[in-house]
Amino acid sequence: MSIFLNENSKVIVQGMTGSEGRKHTQRMLASGTAIVGGVNPKKAGQSVDFDGASVPVFGGVAEAMKETGADVTVIFVPPAGAKNAVIEAVDAQIPLAVVITEGIPVHDSTYAWAHAQGGSTRIIGPNCPGLISPGRSNAGIIPANITKQGSIGLVSKSGTLTYQMMYELRDIGFSTAVGIGGDPVIGTTHIDCLQAFQDDPETEAIVMIGEIGGDAEERAADFIKANVTKPVVGYVAGFTAPEGKTMGHAGAIVSGSSGTAQAKQEALEAAGVRVGKTPSETARLMREIVGA
Amino acid sequence: MRLGRGIRCLFVDLFEYQARDLLASHGVPVLPGGVAETPEQAEAIAREIAAPVVVKAQVKTGGRGKAGGVKLADDADAARDRAQDILGLDIKGHITHRVMVAQASDIAEEYYFSYLLDRSNRTFLAMASVEGGVEIEQLAVERPEALARIPIDATTGVDTAKATEIVDAAGFPAAVRDQVIAIAVQLWDVFAKEDATLVEVNPLAKAPDGTVLALDAKVTLDENAGFRHTEHAALEDAASADPLEAAAKEKDLNYVKLEGEVGIIGNGAGLVMSTLDVVAYAGEEFGGVKPANFLDIGGGASADVMANGLHIILSDPAVKSVFVNVFGGITACDAVANGIVHALGILGDEATKPLVVRLDGNNVEEGRRILAEANHPLVTVVDTMDGAARRAAELASS
Repeated sequence: MSIFLNENSKVIVQGMTGSEGRKHTQRMLASGTAIVGGVNPKKAGQSVDFDGASVPVFGGVAEAMKETGADVTVIFVPPAGAKNAVIEAVDAQIPLAVVITEGIPVHDSTYAWAHAQGGSTRIIGPNCPGLISPGRSNAGIIPANITKQGSIGLVSKSGTLTYQMMYELRDIGFSTAVGIGGDPVIGTTHIDCLQAFQDDPETEAIVMIGEIGGDAEERAADFIKANVTKPVVGYVAGFTAPEGKTMGHAGAIVSGSSGTAQAKQEALEAAGVRVGKTPSETARLMREIVGA
Repeated sequence: MRLGRGIRCLFVDLFEYQARDLLASHGVPVLPGGVAETPEQAEAIAREIAAPVVVKAQVKTGGRGKAGGVKLADDADAARDRAQDILGLDIKGHITHRVMVAQASDIAEEYYFSYLLDRSNRTFLAMASVEGGVEIEQLAVERPEALARIPIDATTGVDTAKATEIVDAAGFPAAVRDQVIAIAVQLWDVFAKEDATLVEVNPLAKAPDGTVLALDAKVTLDENAGFRHTEHAALEDAASADPLEAAAKEKDLNYVKLEGEVGIIGNGAGLVMSTLDVVAYAGEEFGGVKPANFLDIGGGASADVMANGLHIILSDPAVKSVFVNVFGGITACDAVANGIVHALGILGDEATKPLVVRLDGNNVEEGRRILAEANHPLVTVVDTMDGAARRAAELASS
């Protein structure tokens, strides 16, 4: 098993006909992902050729789902149109929407998140590399050839640190690696992934990567303490990043957390998570746990 | 807010005078005033107001009053003198380049009102209190019941009914209730239409005649929304930006100047933050050398971007060595290695400081081979991130 994405996933791409969408659709297809369609109202009825594979373009998400049985959408729509693209995916009740787009205004992300409440769509991102269940399916921009199918689950705010950790542990392999994105407002959280990995029989151990800002890691630490029995190792980036200009002082009142890397590390360690000082040390800690 | 609380989201804090103008443009009542860069300009504004004024340092930090950055002036001549005193003042490391001259106001009561992004709950939040003027963090800790916190549904926002709910939750007195409700709707207009992540009025003040006014405001705007607010670009504080940061911004590079000796280039915000940490740890062994900057050249890491990045870092006189830390993902390591060689070619004699390069990921062997073959005298290739950080720190300390 894997989480959120498997060999049966049928994937459509919103924004497939744009340059980024086209490039990454090509890569997803090359890594074996079942790409069943693209969405662009202006190019409905056309199809796009990817090295011999002809992918049909539909006018909307609902239509694409009806015609293809798609259950995953990957969104490459530029920032100005991303909010409506997510709303369309949610309204079509697609089970998983992966929002790759970087630079979406936070008012738009917050609106889209509020709109999705009560619906049946899991949102991953925005501003994330997507997720990969190696050997099965790849929804997003994570390089498919770093590692293979295996027993580690990975959840990370950072894209390149996701790749780095997959590379460090490439001989062991991963059930699923999820890049949840580092924007202030995101859909799927560390906690959602921890729960899914805990429930996934194939996942034996979990790597969790966080970074300064917000209180997601502190919340994840509380969750691990109460709900996760599988071993978790952690890494937090940003110990030496200077404190930014804060959002007035109101932001800190709301989160009740300083948001520093130190606070996050302490919270994770207090929950029994071993936290590496560097990505390499984190990988070593994982090796000790899985005995590889 | 490029580093610290959210390196990925670019939030821009406005000066008080900019926030005041923005509020006024949405109908929020404020006192007459203007911004001055010279004592003479301050005098002219005070003459126009023709009443006692307050001269306030425009710096993006708190504690201005205690630092002597806020002064009363009875007439225009006094306003000029006070502006003379305040301009150039160093307030917690922020040099005062401008003062705001505003009509002085007697205050009968002080309140607090804000809208902000509630990141933890992925929604917006209104906070309001009838005990304004004080440090709001202190109030939140000492008397949390005095600070009303009302979540706002992003899909419906704040209309008169919602504003009434907020105002009543905070217990505003009947005499000002209707005025504050109207202001709450106007402030939401600012928050939503300007793509703000914070609109904070403290104090929201009742004048002796009963009029409610926004006397001081903090506004933070979301730079990601710049595409629908071209006018926001003019609000950025180009004058007090670090010159290297300004140069980097011109090249569209995500660069932040720090106080250290090891120049850092990497791809991806998380990896670069991690690189800063690893260099700082390694630096502890070598006399405490530290990273000199944050520079994320993005996932692609093309040759041109690499050249632009190296150019910025090498023009920082504090830099003694450079650590290039790239994970080859979509752009494989051979392309990155070619980019580095090409960038050094573009820079020519400008490249004078040792470079430690660590590549990992796709086609890493080919990437390392390309660098070995180029055999550039300044470049050292180290296989691991920890080892490369150590070498870069060592070079910076010698």
